[in-house]
Amino acid sequence: MDPSDSKKAYWRANLRLLLALLSIWAFVSYGLGILFVEELNRVRIPGTGFRLGFWFAQQGSIYVFCLLVIVYARRMNAIERRFGLSEDGDDGP
Amino acid sequence: MSIQTWTFLLVSASFALYIGIAFLSRAASTRDFYVAGGGVSPLANGMATAADWMSAASFISMAGLISSLGYDGSVYLMGWTGGYVLLALLLAPYLRKFGKYTVPDFIGDRYYSQTARIVAVVCAIFVSFTYVAGQMRGVGIVFSRFLEVKVDHGVMIGMGIVFIYAVMGGMKGITYTQVAQYCVLIFAYLVPAIFLAIQMSGNPVPQLGFGGSGADGVYLLDKLDGLHAELGFAPYIDGTKPMIDVLSITTALMVGTAGLPHVIVRFYTVPRVRDARMSVGFALVFIALLYTTAPAIAVFARTNLLDTVTDRPYAEMPDWFDRWEQTGLLTFDDRNGDGLIQYVGPAAEVQNELTIDPDIIVLANPEIARLPNWVVGLVAAGGLAAALSTAAGLLLVISSAISHDLLKRAIMPQITPRGELLAARFSAALGVGVAGYIGIHPPDFVAPVVAFAFGLAASTFFPAILLGIFWKRTTREGAVSGMVLGLLFTSAYIVYFKFVNPAANSSQNWLWGISPEGIGTIGMILNLAVTIIVSRLTPPPPREIQELVESIRVPGREPAR
Repeated sequence: MDPSDSKKAYWRANLRLLLALLSIWAFVSYGLGILFVEELNRVRIPGTGFRLGFWFAQQGSIYVFCLLVIVYARRMNAIERRFGLSEDGDDGP
Repeated sequence: MSIQTWTFLLVSASFALYIGIAFLSRAASTRDFYVAGGGVSPLANGMATAADWMSAASFISMAGLISSLGYDGSVYLMGWTGGYVLLALLLAPYLRKFGKYTVPDFIGDRYYSQTARIVAVVCAIFVSFTYVAGQMRGVGIVFSRFLEVKVDHGVMIGMGIVFIYAVMGGMKGITYTQVAQYCVLIFAYLVPAIFLAIQMSGNPVPQLGFGGSGADGVYLLDKLDGLHAELGFAPYIDGTKPMIDVLSITTALMVGTAGLPHVIVRFYTVPRVRDARMSVGFALVFIALLYTTAPAIAVFARTNLLDTVTDRPYAEMPDWFDRWEQTGLLTFDDRNGDGLIQYVGPAAEVQNELTIDPDIIVLANPEIARLPNWVVGLVAAGGLAAALSTAAGLLLVISSAISHDLLKRAIMPQITPRGELLAARFSAALGVGVAGYIGIHPPDFVAPVVAFAFGLAASTFFPAILLGIFWKRTTREGAVSGMVLGLLFTSAYIVYFKFVNPAANSSQNWLWGISPEGIGTIGMILNLAVTIIVSRLTPPPPREIQELVESIRVPGREPAR
C-alpha cells in the first residue's frame, strides 16, 4: 500500500472504532442511566440493595467509561501497527 | 492528639512535600514552563490530570450535593467522567500530534486567524478565572474550620504555596506536585469512606457497601428511601428534575469537561500520541476511584445524618454540630419551641428547622461518624490538595494565554525566549494575586458562575476543536461565527436567569425546560450548526491548513507543520 492510501485506510479504521465506542458511551449514559432509568429501577441487582437504573447512573456508567477509553487506546495501538504507523521505538522529540 | 494538632501536622507535612518537589523541578525554558518539556510519562500524566481535574468542588462539595439530590446528583457523576471518553476519542490524541502549547494556539493556527485566537484567549481566561476563585475559597474554608485561622489568612497561605511552585516551575513544577497531590487527596478521600463502609455495611469496599445492608438486615438504600418518605423528602433513588434537563445538564458537563483548557493542555506534556491516549485512560481510572466512592459516601452520610438529628433534643447534639453552627453553614431554628430538631422535606406536615449546606457533608463526615482524630486532619489535607492542584493548573492556562497567545503570538512576535519565560512567570504571579483577591473578597456571583465555565467550554472550544480535526472544510469564518454565537447565546441565557432576573429562574420560564446549568448543550448545537452553514458558504481553507489537518490525524514523528 502506498503511504497516502494506508493513511486513508487508517483514518477510516479509526472512525469506525470511534463510532462503535461512542454508541456504547451514549447508550450506557443516556440510555441506561437516564432514559430507561425508571424501567430498570424495577429490577434489583440480586443480593444487593441496588436498583439497576440507579446503579448504572451512579456506578455502572463510570466503569463502562473507563473500559471504553482503555479499549480505544489498545485497539488504536494495534491499528497503528497494522498500517505501519506505530510509534513503537520512538521516544518522542 | 487533638483534631487541630493532627490537622496542623498533616497539612504542614503535605505542604513541605509540595515545596520540596517545586525546588527539584524548576523550569529552565518556555517548553518546560508550558508543557513540562513534553517528556511526562503517561502514568504520571494520568495522576496529574486527575488532580488537576478534581477540584475543591469534587472533593468537598460533590458527595454532599449527591447526598442532598439523590438520583439527580447522577448528572455530576456521569457528566464529569463521561467527558473523558470524548476527550480520549475526539480531542487529546490529535492535539498532542499538533503539539504546541495552548488551546488558543490550536484555534488560532487551525483557523488561520488572529480573531479566532483572541476569541479563544478571552474564553480561556474567563473560564479559568471563574473556576480558580472557587478553589481559593475552598482553601480558605478548610483553613478556617480546622486550623482556626481566619479565612483571609488561609487564602493567603494557599496563595503563597501555589505561587512558589507555579511561578518557579511552571507546568514542570505543577505536574510533579500534582502527582503528589493526587496521592494525598485520594488517600484522604478513601480512608474515611472505608471506615464508614465497614461501620455501616460490614463491607470494606464503599462501592459495594452502599448496596449492602446494615446490622438490622435492611438494605441501606431501602432504609434511606423509607426515611425520606417518612420525613417528606423526595425518594432518594428517583429524580425530581425533568428528564430533558437531566439530559442537557449531563451533556453540557460532559462536553464542557472535554473542552476545559486546563485539562486539554495536560495532554501536550506527553511524548507521543499513543501516550496521550493512554494517559486519558489512566486519568479516568484515577478519577473514577473518587467518583464511584462519592455516591457511597453520600448514602452513608445521609443515613447517618438523619439518624443523628431527627427528633433529637438540640441540647444533646455532639460537638461537631456546634462548631459547624459557628461557621454559619449549618443553622437550627426551633420554630415550634419544643427543643427537638425537626429536619424534614417539603412534603412534611411540620416545619423544617434545620438547614445544612451540602459543602459540609464530606468535611463533617468523619466527626459525625466518630472516626479517629487523624482521619479528620487527613480530610483537611486532602481538601487542600484538591483545591491547590486545580488552582495551579488554571493559573498556568491564564499565564500562558497572556505570555504565549497574547504576547508571543499576537502583540510582540519578536520577544526572545528569555523574555517570554519572564513574561510567563510574571503573568502567573499576577494570576495568583488576582485569584487570591477574589478568594478573600468573593463577589456574590462565584457559585452561580461555575455553570458558566462548563457552558462556555461546551459552546465555544469543544465544537471549534472537534470540527477543526474531523471536518477539513471548516473555515475561519465558520469557526469564528460559531464560537461568538455560542458564547453570546450561552452567556446571555445564564446572565439573564442568574443575575438579571433570578426570580424567573424556574422550569416554566426556561427554554424547553432546560436550566442555565444545561444550556451549554443548546449553545454547542447552535455553534455546530452555524459553523457548518457558514463554512459551506465561504471559500475552503487554504491548502496548507488542509495539510495540517491531514497531518494531525496521523501519529508519528514528522512535525505537525
